[in-house]
Amino acid sequence: MPPTALADRQHAEAHEPVVYTDSKLIYFSSISEYTRRFVEKLQMDSARIPLYGYEPKLITTAPYVLLIPTYGGDGGKRSILPQIMKFLGYEENRKNLRGVIGAGNTNFGEYYCIAAKRIAAKCDVPVLYTFELMGTQEDVLKVKEGLETFWKPASQKQQER
Amino acid sequence: MTEKLKLANKVEAINWNRIQDDKDVEVWNRLVNNFWLPEKVPLSNDIQSWGTLTEDEKLLTMRVFTGLTLLDTLQGTVGAVSLIPDAITPHEEAVYTNIAFMESVHAKSYSSIFSTLASTKEIDEAFRWSTENVNLQKKAQIIESYYYGDDPLKRKIASTLLESFLFYSGFYLPMHWSSHAKLTNTADLIRLIIRDEAVHGYYIGYKFQKGLEGLSEERKQELKDYTFELLFELYENEVQYTHDLYDPVGLAEDVKKFLHYNANKALMNLGYEAMFPSTVTDVSPAILAALSPNADENHDFFSGSGSSYVIGKAVNTEDEDWDF
Repeated sequence: MPPTALADRQHAEAHEPVVYTDSKLIYFSSISEYTRRFVEKLQMDSARIPLYGYEPKLITTAPYVLLIPTYGGDGGKRSILPQIMKFLGYEENRKNLRGVIGAGNTNFGEYYCIAAKRIAAKCDVPVLYTFELMGTQEDVLKVKEGLETFWKPASQKQQER
Repeated sequence: MTEKLKLANKVEAINWNRIQDDKDVEVWNRLVNNFWLPEKVPLSNDIQSWGTLTEDEKLLTMRVFTGLTLLDTLQGTVGAVSLIPDAITPHEEAVYTNIAFMESVHAKSYSSIFSTLASTKEIDEAFRWSTENVNLQKKAQIIESYYYGDDPLKRKIASTLLESFLFYSGFYLPMHWSSHAKLTNTADLIRLIIRDEAVHGYYIGYKFQKGLEGLSEERKQELKDYTFELLFELYENEVQYTHDLYDPVGLAEDVKKFLHYNANKALMNLGYEAMFPSTVTDVSPAILAALSPNADENHDFFSGSGSSYVIGKAVNTEDEDWDF
């Protein structure tokens, strides 16, 4: 990238509209809305990663868990969607990440929930749970209860850091 | 019957530079990147393993694969094609042509397996069986009758149930052999088919849900009731088909669990809640591991079961995934 283009980009980014969130659950859902439906069933405060480039960027101000789908992928390549990558591109968002929950389909074999696993590996946080498609009622219950317990001790630990 | 199958009545030049639904492009790209041919799988490495199966096991395997061949043929020649006239966007039409072609590749793959492992006589006998087996014929007929019917959304329901549910009584067997280190190359090929069917079921189910948008509550309810009725009708037939095939080797009960598990996924692909409780979807872990090798890591950090702190160890992060 030539220096002027870089400067232009930095300038544009500095003036990009921002939405700040302290939600403990951040999720991505494509226009198929599967993941959103799962999140709604959790009945928890949450924020959605913007689908389109024209939307304001989302910046976290508190620790959170990321819930994202994997849509197969050829040999696992490009499994992390650009919107998610953009979101994690902001340092604050990587710093606040505490765990990842993956949605997927076991039909994709070894690449089941690969996006969640890769993000967890890259950011050195655990994969907390994986489920298929929109999730069953049991998945909803496990994630809801799991997140509630996850945050109790964890919030204290974080203050000590 | 054939004359009822209509073609798209208006064709305009497809412009891939003007996209109405991003899913069309996403799924097209996914399908193109997933493209494969049976020739790339070294099936002949399974010849020795085939020899270790008993006569009953060989017969079962031949029959299961002819059953799958019939379904793939139906989906390739009628099913996916019958969806084209109802497509909302021209790109959706193009995706269906891709799906139809891949179904034909799948159907041909079984013949590659047959010609590698079995004699002409055995192959002919298995195909004759497929035309005579009542339950197999019935499931093909049920689905086919909706493909020729008048309701575009019901066609999508039937198609999704075929892609996401009806194949699985058959897919079970190669996963079973694979978990016993038998016919492992054949299983590799079947995994490619399973992966494709997931994309097909997801896409057709998604288009079904797009089709529901803006409909009256009454019509939505009718389609939901219809989905569950059709699923039950197919399910009852699948159970019989399963007993018919798998009783001689004692696997029917576990296959039925696999059916429940996949029926739930088929329903979810159509946007409905899963129906079978986890008490009847607990497929043997060996089968799940054969299906999805890393799923045995069982990511349930919350309950403390499985490996508790999992960092995708076997996965190399690629630069194209990460450029921050």
